[in-house]
Amino acid sequence: MFRRFLNLEWKAFTRASSFQANVVIKIFMIIGAIYFSLLFLASGFLIFKVIKKMGQDPLVIVSKFMWYYMIMDLLMRIFLQKIPVINIRPLLTLPIKRGTIVHFAIGKTVLSFFNFIHWFFLMPFTLTLIINGYDPLSAVLWFIAVTALIYCNNFLNILAANKDWVFILIIALLLGTGALQYYTIYDVTMVTNVFFHGFYTTYYLFLIPIVALAGLWFATFSYFRKALYLDTGLKGKHEVAETQDYTWLNRFGTLGIFLKNDIKLLRRNKRSKTTVIMSFLFLFYGLIFMTGAIEQYDNAFWKVFAAIFVTGGFMFTFGQFVPSWDSAYFPLMMSQNIQYRDYISSKWWLIVIATIISTVLAAFYIYFGIDTYLIIIACAVYNIGVNSHLVLLGGAFVKTPIDLTTSKQAFGDKKAFNIKTLLLTIPKMLLPIAFFMVGDAIGGIQLGFAILAGAGILGFAFRNMVFRQIEKLYKREKYKTLQAYKQK
Amino acid sequence: MIQAQNLKKIYNGVTVLNIPHLHIRKGESIGLVGNNGAGKTTFFSLLLDLIEPTDGDVKIKDIRVNQSEAWKPLTAAFLDESFLIGYLTPEEYFYFIGELRGQNKADVDALLHKHEDFFNDEILKKKKYLRDLSKGNQKKVGIIATLIGNPELIVLDEPFANLDPTTQFRLKKIIKELADDKNVTILVSSHDLMHTTEVSTRIVALNKGEVVKDIHTSAQTLRELEEFFAV
Repeated sequence: MFRRFLNLEWKAFTRASSFQANVVIKIFMIIGAIYFSLLFLASGFLIFKVIKKMGQDPLVIVSKFMWYYMIMDLLMRIFLQKIPVINIRPLLTLPIKRGTIVHFAIGKTVLSFFNFIHWFFLMPFTLTLIINGYDPLSAVLWFIAVTALIYCNNFLNILAANKDWVFILIIALLLGTGALQYYTIYDVTMVTNVFFHGFYTTYYLFLIPIVALAGLWFATFSYFRKALYLDTGLKGKHEVAETQDYTWLNRFGTLGIFLKNDIKLLRRNKRSKTTVIMSFLFLFYGLIFMTGAIEQYDNAFWKVFAAIFVTGGFMFTFGQFVPSWDSAYFPLMMSQNIQYRDYISSKWWLIVIATIISTVLAAFYIYFGIDTYLIIIACAVYNIGVNSHLVLLGGAFVKTPIDLTTSKQAFGDKKAFNIKTLLLTIPKMLLPIAFFMVGDAIGGIQLGFAILAGAGILGFAFRNMVFRQIEKLYKREKYKTLQAYKQK
Repeated sequence: MIQAQNLKKIYNGVTVLNIPHLHIRKGESIGLVGNNGAGKTTFFSLLLDLIEPTDGDVKIKDIRVNQSEAWKPLTAAFLDESFLIGYLTPEEYFYFIGELRGQNKADVDALLHKHEDFFNDEILKKKKYLRDLSKGNQKKVGIIATLIGNPELIVLDEPFANLDPTTQFRLKKIIKELADDKNVTILVSSHDLMHTTEVSTRIVALNKGEVVKDIHTSAQTLRELEEFFAV
């Protein structure tokens, strides 16, 4: 039975149109995976020597920081790991035991890269321990225990997937214990170290993570087993709907019609709500770079990098996926009395308005000097003039339909923020930094900012021409896009 | 009103639609019948420029649909749920379509009032988003939305499917009224031969992508069609 499921999964994967359309992205993801694997592998081999040189016991130090390692892992999972979906509904009435379906859906997550990657670190590390004269049995027990904990994280992530408070709790835990340790008020690793190092020093402590893992598997299993009904876990919530007019937007004519709709889109779908929250959080991203807290970042290069994000959060998280937000009713948009031009420019205005709002909200950066805020304004101009067009241009090729509603279902595709989003962002980041560096090299920082803002103004001035190109591109891609959106 | 010339759609060597010539005049009420895979939806999708023709072209009022967008103001269509916006309430959806078609709120309200019995008190002011309505009720919304803004061409794909018997009767009445209006051309596809012959002035039967019958509705039409399809 499992083999058949795997077969179905494979077909769903290779036959999805996004797979064919985004081969480049897939390649990027594979390169990224190899890069991280090598990184983990190298640290697994080298960390022993490095810590030894500092005159410390490597196992003690690694065990000491294992607490942060685990929390970071969980955090990364919540951000990046997609909960695998198998299309459950059609299977329910087939002669397959419900338990089998659930076991498969859960079991699939075990194979995730997010679990796999840690082997690259833990295996060589354990190996070097044994080579360097640590007790082999104890070292292996330590390895088993830590690996079990990694898999515990895997299940915790599944169970926590729909609950925002878990996410907040974990961030609070990380920041809380980190701050307490940094200000030497209370060192949490003193306690956790006993536990993690105990996997090595005792022959029984390793049982705790194993039992926890079994318990979590069982908990996840029974949670989904119970949720496996059309009117419970597989059903979307029905909320009370209010009709809203937003008549104040009427004065903007055609643009207003679309804006009204887009505001409703943002407010009424979980997926898009996450986007708004994310772009708000991006406002504070600059704090890492602008405050001079970290020396390496205290230069103009990184400040430009950060400033692009501060005002461009919404542009990157929302604009990136235009027109996929309308994927569920794209045939309507394409056959209704809508001229292409109006459709694209309404999305553009939405991005511009959000960028302007972000720029105003980012005014608190004045606290770190007027220059800091000038960087942000220069980058905002660039975002409006150039990046907004690039984002829309890229959108023509993003053919992944967005299911606005499944984010409410137990087995739904829950992650609004994924690796693909990040990858598409890279060219939009490097270009402004390059502009700035050219200006900086010729005539100093001021010229760098001038070129940056100038490029933005130029892009804004030529926007009609750019729009015509975008319109052409969208028209050319229209049929392919319609085709791709048909598959969910 | 509609002119299809040498219209072909081929998927991987299989011809799914091949119409050498089809002319639909203004004011006609066309019933498109045919089995699954006959090419009804393909024809509608070509007409609305949702897919590209392999060969030939379709014109609405002498506008080639894949070259200009000028046909959009004249045309209203409801093919499936992908013509509905799930996160809107029915009222908001109607107003949205109304605004796109240059109608104000009062115009839309008047139209909704006229079709109140068609909704059977299950659509308006129910505090539900479209995505939470049943399939049948979603269909009612989609159908009425095509009437907003007095379009010259209305395209409905399988409008009778999923509707309860009472609503089917009411829909027939609506379509007949539209058929009487000489300014409105209406295109309805259906599997139900009886419904189609009742509401249409002309029947086009498709089979495996080709027009096999093109007849004006008369007393014998239903029998003729039944004989054709009873293989």
